[in-house]
This record gives sequence, structure tokens and C-alpha cells, in this order.
Amino acid sequence: MTKQKLVLVGNGMAGVRTIEEIIKLAPDRFEITIFGREPYPNYNRIQLSKVLQGDTSIKDITINDWQWYEDHQILLYPGETVINIYPEDQLVFTSKGRKVQYDKLILATGSLPFMLPIPGANKEGVTAFRDIKDCERIIEYSKMYKKSAVIGGGLLGLEAARGLLNLGMEVSVVHLGDYLMDRQLDKTAGKLLQKELELQGMKFYLEKQTKEILGDQKVKGLRFHDGQEIPVDLVVMAVGIKPNIQLAKESGIPFNRGILVNDWLETQAPNIYAVGECAEHRETVYGVVAPLYEQGKVLAKRICGKESLPYKGSAVSTQLKVSGVDVFSAGEIFENEQIKTIMSYDDYRGIYKKILIRDGKIIGAVLFGDTGEGNRLFNLIKKEADIFEYTLSCRNEQNGCSLVATIADEEIICGCNGVKKGTIVNAIQSQGLTTVEQVKGYTNASRSCGGCKSSVADLLEYTLGDQFKRQEQNEPICSCTTLSRDDVIKEIREKVLTMTMEVMRVLNWKTEDGCSKCRPALNYYLGMLHPLLYQDERESRFVNERLHANIQKDGTFSVVPRMYGGVTNAEELRRIADVAEKYNVPLIKLTGGQRIDLVGVKKEDLPSVWADLGMPSGFAYGKSLRTVKTCVGDTFCRFGTQDSIAMGIRMERKFQRISMPHKVKMAVSACPRNCAESGIKDLGVVGVDGAWEIYVGGNGGTHLRAGDLFCRVKTQEEVLEMAGAYLQYYRETAHYLERTSIWVERLGLEHIKSILADKDTRQALNERLDETLSVLKDPWQETINSGEIQKELYKTVNIPVDIK
Amino acid sequence: MKAMRYRIKVGSLNDIPERLGKTVKIGPNEIAIFRLANGDIRAIENRCPHKGGVLAEGMVSGEYVYCPMHDWKINLKDGKVQAPDFGCIKTYETEIQNGEVIVIL
Ligand code: SRM
Ligand SMILES: Cc1cc2nc3c(=O)[nH]c(=O)nc-3n(C[C@H](O)[C@H](O)[C@H](O)COP(=O)(O)OP(=O)(O)OC[C@H]3O[C@@H](n4cnc5c(N)ncnc54)[C@H](O)[C@@H]3O)c2cc1C
Ligand code: SF4
Ligand code: FES
Repeated sequence: MTKQKLVLVGNGMAGVRTIEEIIKLAPDRFEITIFGREPYPNYNRIQLSKVLQGDTSIKDITINDWQWYEDHQILLYPGETVINIYPEDQLVFTSKGRKVQYDKLILATGSLPFMLPIPGANKEGVTAFRDIKDCERIIEYSKMYKKSAVIGGGLLGLEAARGLLNLGMEVSVVHLGDYLMDRQLDKTAGKLLQKELELQGMKFYLEKQTKEILGDQKVKGLRFHDGQEIPVDLVVMAVGIKPNIQLAKESGIPFNRGILVNDWLETQAPNIYAVGECAEHRETVYGVVAPLYEQGKVLAKRICGKESLPYKGSAVSTQLKVSGVDVFSAGEIFENEQIKTIMSYDDYRGIYKKILIRDGKIIGAVLFGDTGEGNRLFNLIKKEADIFEYTLSCRNEQNGCSLVATIADEEIICGCNGVKKGTIVNAIQSQGLTTVEQVKGYTNASRSCGGCKSSVADLLEYTLGDQFKRQEQNEPICSCTTLSRDDVIKEIREKVLTMTMEVMRVLNWKTEDGCSKCRPALNYYLGMLHPLLYQDERESRFVNERLHANIQKDGTFSVVPRMYGGVTNAEELRRIADVAEKYNVPLIKLTGGQRIDLVGVKKEDLPSVWADLGMPSGFAYGKSLRTVKTCVGDTFCRFGTQDSIAMGIRMERKFQRISMPHKVKMAVSACPRNCAESGIKDLGVVGVDGAWEIYVGGNGGTHLRAGDLFCRVKTQEEVLEMAGAYLQYYRETAHYLERTSIWVERLGLEHIKSILADKDTRQALNERLDETLSVLKDPWQETINSGEIQKELYKTVNIPVDIK
Repeated sequence: MKAMRYRIKVGSLNDIPERLGKTVKIGPNEIAIFRLANGDIRAIENRCPHKGGVLAEGMVSGEYVYCPMHDWKINLKDGKVQAPDFGCIKTYETEIQNGEVIVIL
């Protein structure tokens, strides 16, 4: 049978999801062609908010990569717009002059951001927030300018505003209504939200209508109807979206606000369907993915000629993706005479809940501050459940049953993709799934906005019990392989593999030569497993660790010599000053790690700078011990109970240079005032009268975490012994690039304590650590001594010719 | 008129370490030269189209280099940035003659 030609216009979320459904139902039935105006593979638009907020990057939001299109023999034309349809001839016509025949045509052209038609709206510095391009433009702007304004205090506007704050800009939000998110929240919740966001640093102009955008070519400010003006350099318009119906309009396909479709997503033109934000169904146009995916399912069945129930419309819920603020709303949210409410307001903790009831049935809800009940309420709203059902389940919870355990199998866990609890539990059991990633791959749960990830994890834990935590380690180390870290280590051990190339070949890597994720990881694992034999592969090291200096944005490097325990002397300082002068070092800076950074050194100068300094490398670039910060201690400080400086110096001398899964920072304070900040270090030591307390798993960086008290010991030797065993256990069990703060949580503090409680185990760990230490040399000295290394790694070739 | 092409000797093959890059400045042009695992030589413009990262310092994997700044993946043969990032850099033809590496500008 020859295949039917299926053409999709719009490579976005709804369209491609429909194709996925079609492929599942009838893998070989169609020859599929997709046109997408944007030059990317199908990506997760929802996550653009997270990209702007810095939680993820553009390359991590791809839903289906190029390979997926190839695997399914889908012909994709990225960066190509369909500009006309000829329904009589069943042809589409594109911006690049291509003509393509179809048997079935799906329109999934999404929406266009609505731009206020006010004077100045076309100035440089005014943008929407809809696609990757907008997102990149905003990020670019944030680097050059300081002041931004968002017009529109709805979901999208507030998510954009949070992103702008994270990008370091000042943000004013201009909103027409008298409170925020006035389409999703009642006034109480809206005002609570405002208070919270003001604390985060946003400024609000409510009940303000923008009249004009000021400036010459570039934006300079906003003027409101009341005459007030504010200065801004960047304006993000987030006042709403309108269905993108241009193509339908031009091709004579009937539309109203959106392209008109019936309960099977058929437009009024033969063999043409519409799905997603561009479609209008029973007078409703949707703007979130959950209903669009439901539409996609119905449409897929229709196109494949399978029986299906008609699409009857969907209830929608919304959640704000701004960290630190939990807001949920669904169904009807405003009360009137017929509607009763259950309301609670905890002013102290800032938690507000309102449930709306008509004729004894739950019809809507607004939550602020704690949205844990959101999904359950949404399920109840959708089935118009009796309020009794809700109050009953609350009682169960108070009796100590976990929430995921008590809800029914047909309740939906993932709102975006409509995945039910039963489906997930079934998949976990029948397919042997053990990670959130696998559940996502198999059932689609948590694949869109990611809001339900924690519920999916709860379900895994509830279904698998204790097994879950341990199994979590089974993610592949990167996309070059299906093997997890543990598998790889096992194979390296069993097959006695000794080089990264060999590991990749023997374990059937999918790529010829690995990638920037697995190569450094393998290099680390091999070195950790064979400390004496393994020849470190500098070509599998990230530049900083290869050159033993930190690369700067302009390609120069920084030099941070060791100053053990943060202690220096006049002679050392003089040498540093001399070097700085001799090599014209542009910046000398005290680091946050109690030492000195010479910033902006040319690569060619590095070896001689090191030689002139005559100090060892501080490893400020390495997955290795960075610094051991110390406080003044009992020799001088009136509160000191121990010699923190001596302790710190001993630790730094002992543990320097070892390769670690990630960087390791330490500190020693001599009393609980903790001036060296031992509580936020990978390993922190606090002296108390007659003893040392050891804290572990602290982190002062991206994910702030206070360390946990690990144990108390009496002597400096015991501190070194415990620290050595602890570090070696971390080296042997952590994933590459896993900081101790994450590792401690994954393994569990009690587990680590129980392992290290045994004296023999500690001794064995310390022996393995000492073995590793025995062969380490100062890398700067090695470079100074080797003309070969200098020539290969630090010399640049200069050919002075005159070429025009 | 067809632009002149220059053939420039940049050093001997042995001076270029395997699976690593080398920065070569030829007059105003800064070029990154790589020797791949299979022995082939590649030459590209030394600046990443993203934010100007120095590509000679990147990690080389098969036919690709990963920029050391933000990990963009760039094809050494045609200079194309790999999806989902977007862009292109200049590539230069190379030749090896009597163990000498020659870049054609
Ligand atoms: C030089 C220094 C800033 C300063 O001038 O004070 C610094 C500079 C850099 N830090 Fe840092 N960090 C410096 C102290 C810190 C501290 C404070 C501390 O150590 O007491 C922290 C938080 C504490 C912590 O890590 O728990 C810190 C948390 C980070 C992080 C986040 C790590 C995390 O796991 O959350 C990164 C990113 C990473 O490592 O992936 C980072 C990465 C970087 C890099 C290496 C970025 C990079 O990869 O190029 C910076 C190099 C800048 C440059 O252009 O040379 N830097 N960095 C500090 C060097 C200390 C030293 O003497 O070695
Ligand atoms: C920042 C942001 C945050 C969001 N957060 C959430 C959220 O938390 N939860 C939620 O459910 N939803 C959220 N949404 C909304 C969600 O992204 C959309 O509902 C969804 O993407 C709509 O899917 P679609 O396929 O209809 O349209 P789109 O994903 O926009 O896809 C349409 C595609 O068609 C292309 N196209 C248009 N015309 C043509 C043509 N003539 N030829 C070729 N290609 C064409 C467009 O370029 C576009 O790529 C958010 C949206 C944004 C922008
Ligand atoms: S030095 Fe650290 S905090 Fe400062 S910009 Fe660089 S990584 Fe960020
Ligand atoms: S400069 Fe190359 S990836 Fe950013």
C-alpha cells in the first residue's frame, strides 16, 4: 500500500505531540512532512520561563531532537513558513517556493503574542516573550542595560519578570487591573502574590495603562495615561496572545477567533484539521498545553481512522512557575449568590486556600503559599465531585496516609499530559521503571511543565519502596551510552579497562569519541580506580584542568597560588607583587577563599609566572581540594578553643591535588561563632572545648545547603583520619560532577555515618587515599620542568605576515 | 577578480598534539588547528560564534570541538554549530606536505 501524505504546519508543542500519537497508532501509514517557521527541532516552549530564570538552558529544552525526525522518517523543513494552502488541489506552498501535496493536512500554527498598538511599540528594545529568539534577545539586552519593564501582570508577564530579576535587571511590572493575575486569582490571592514578589524585588504599577513608549530609535521610557513616566531600556510585552490564523485566513478556511473545528478537530475544509492554540472549539481557544494534548489524542485517532470519543472541551488549571512562590488556580474562582466557599487564611505563614462550591459540588479553587493539594483539587473539579469527597480525603491524610497512596488510580498526576496515577504505577511495575526520567520517557508524565516531578518521584517511592533511592543512580552517564555510572565502573573493574578510548570501544559507545560530558567522567573514574597505573589524559580534561589555570572570557587565564590555611608572609606577598608588575597583570584580587588571584595572565606567560612565584598551584580551577579557610583560632582570638590555623594547614597540605568528582572546599573554625563558615563547606570543622566537630555536605554556591553534623572527635589526627575516609568514600561512590551536598542527600547521612563508623573500613579507605596521594606532584612545577609540556600546551604559533 | 589564496606553513605535524588544539596567529587571523584522533588536520576560525570562546582550548571529540566557554558543539569540517544552538564559523582548507602543516587562506 502506498503511504498517505500527511503534512503538518507548525513544529510546535501541539502539532508534534499529535504526530507522536499518530506514530504510536499507525507507525507506517503516513509519509510525514513538517514545516516549522522556527529553525529548531521541536522544543518545550513552557520551559522558556525556566531558561530566562537560569534554571535550564536552551539546549536542554529540546523535546524531540533531529535524530527523532530521522528515526521516524519525518521530513522536517525547519525555518520554513507555509504561506498558502490550495484546498482544491491539496497543496501547500512555502516561503522558500516549495510546493507539497497532501492527503491530510494539520494546521498547528499556535499563537502570536499580542503587541499593544501604541506609539513606539516598534522601537528597538520592545519584545514579546514567546520563542527562543525572544528569550535570547532578552538575555542579550540584560547584559547591556539595567532597567526593564514588563507590560502585563499575568502568568507570562510575572514569569518573564522573575527571569529579568535573575538576569540582574531592575523590573517594573505594569498592569491594567487592580491586582495581579486577575484572570486566575481572586483579590486576596493576587495581593498576597504581589507582596511576595515585591519581597523578591519587583516593582508594580497597577491600574496603569501604557499610552506610549518613549525614546528615539531605542526605548527610553514608558508614559502612562495619567501622564506619569518611568525610564526603561527594555520592554517585554506580555498582554496576551491571539490565535495565529493568518494562513487559514489567506486560504479561505473558516475562522472566528481561531480556526473553527468540530469535536474531531476537523476544520470546515476537507482533509484539513487544526489543533492547538490556533484552533477554536465550541467557542473556546486554549492557551495551555493540557487541553491541546487532549485534542491531539482525539485528532490522531481520527486521522488514523480509529474509533474515538469526541473532544468535548477541557477544564484548565494554572500554576505560576516562579521559584519561591506557589500559586494554583482552576475552574471558577469568583463567588456569587449561588456559590459557597470553604476558605482558610494563615496570615502568619502566608497560606491561603479557597474552594468554591455550587450545589454541593466543587467547581473551582485558588491556592496560595502551599499548592500541594492542587492536583487533587483539579481532579475533583474536573469530575464535579461532591465536596464530601474532598473533606474525606483530608481526613485520611491527617491519619498519616501519604497523599499519592490514598488517591484513586484514575486521578491525574500530570496535568499537562493527562497521565493518570494508575498508568504510572502500571508502567513502573510492568516495565520495571526506576527513575523519573524513565517514567517520563514511557508515559509522558512530567514531560512538559515539570510541575509534577515530585509527585512522580513519590509514586516511584510508593511503588518501589526503598528500592527507589538506590535505583536512582541508574541514569546513563550521557547520551553516548545507555550505561549508568555504576555499570561503567563495574565493567572497568571486570574487564580491566585502562583508557577512555578503550572503555568507549569495548562498551559500545554510540559516538566514536565520546562527548564533553563522558570523556572527563571516564578520565576521572579510571584515575580513581587505578591510581598508580592510570595515565591521566589531558585531552579528556576541560581546559582549566588541562592548563592548570582558569580560562577567562577573553582567553587569558588566572593564577591562584596556594596559601595554606589562608596564611601568608611578607616575602611571599613581595614576590606576588613583583610578578604582577613584571607581567602587567591587569587585576590582583583577594578571592572568597582567602587567597590571592592574579587575573588576566596570557597563556604563554603562565609557565614563567609560576616559576617566578615559586609557589604551588592552588587548584582554583580543579575538581579537587580548593581551599581550607581558617579563622584566627586560639593563639590570638579571645573566644578560640582550638588551633584552627594549624588544623587547616595540615588538612590542606594532606588533601591537596587529589582528583575528586567535583570541587571540595573545607574550613576550620575555632569556636561555634564559625568565622571561617565551616557550616557551608563540603567538609567543615568546628573546634569546641576539648573536641572537634566535623560537618559534611555544606554548600555555599548554587544550591545553598547547611552542612550536617557528622561526628565529634578529640584530636587533630582523628580529624585527618575521619576526613580522609570520608573523602575517599565520596571519591569512590559519587557521580562525576556531583558535589558532596547532593551526594550526601542521595546516599543519606545515616548511611554514610554507618559505613564510616567501622574502624577497619576507615583504615582501608585511608589506605586507598594514601596510595593515590603518593604519586601526585605539583602540576605547575611539572610544567616548569618540562619543555615538552610547555611547547605542546602553552605556546601559540605566531606568523607575522601581511594579508589583506 | 578572484581573491588571492595564500598557502601558509604553520609548523610541523609533530608539533601539534593529538586530540588537542593549537592557536595559530597568521597576521590578523587567529586560527585553531586540531589534530583529530584519526590523524586528520582541521583548521577553523578560533572564536566561537556564541560569545567568542577560544575554540583551540576546547575538547575535541571525533569531528567536533566543544567550546570551553559554554559547551557549544561545533563541527570541524563544515564549521556548523550543532543543534539546538545555531551558527557557523569559518573553516580553512589544510594540507600536509613533507610533514609540514599548511593552511590555505
Ligand atoms: C575566584 C573566585 C571568586 C573570587 O574572586 O572570590 C571564584 C571564581 C569562580 N568560581 Fe567560584 N570562585 C570563588 C569562590 C567561590 C565560593 C566561596 C568559597 O569557596 O568560599 C563559592 C561558594 C561556595 C561553594 O562552592 O560551596 C563558589 C561557587 C562557585 C560555583 C557553584 C558551585 C556549586 O556547586 O554550587 C561555581 C560553578 C561550578 O563549580 O560549577 C563556581 C565557579 C567559578 C569559576 C571557576 C567559573 C568558571 O568556571 O570559570 C570562577 C572563575 C572566575 C574567573 O574568571 O577566573 N564557583 N565560588 C573564588 C575563588 C576561591 C579560591 O580561592 O579558590
Ligand atoms: C514563556 C511561556 C511559558 C508558558 N508556560 C506554560 C505552562 O506553564 N503551562 C502550559 O500548559 N502552557 C504554558 N505556555 C503555553 C504553551 O507553551 C502553549 O500553549 C503551547 O506551546 C501551544 O502549542 P501549539 O503547538 O499550539 O503552538 P506553538 O508551540 O507556538 O507552535 C506553533 C509553531 O508553529 C509555527 N508556525 C506558525 N505558523 C507557521 C507557518 N505558517 N508555517 C510553519 N510554521 C508555522 C510557529 O513558529 C511555532 O513554532 C507557556 C508559553 C510561553 C511562551
Ligand atoms: S566569579 Fe563566581 S560568582 Fe562571580 S561571575 Fe564568576 S562564577 Fe559567577
Ligand atoms: S562562547 Fe562558545 S559556547 Fe559560549
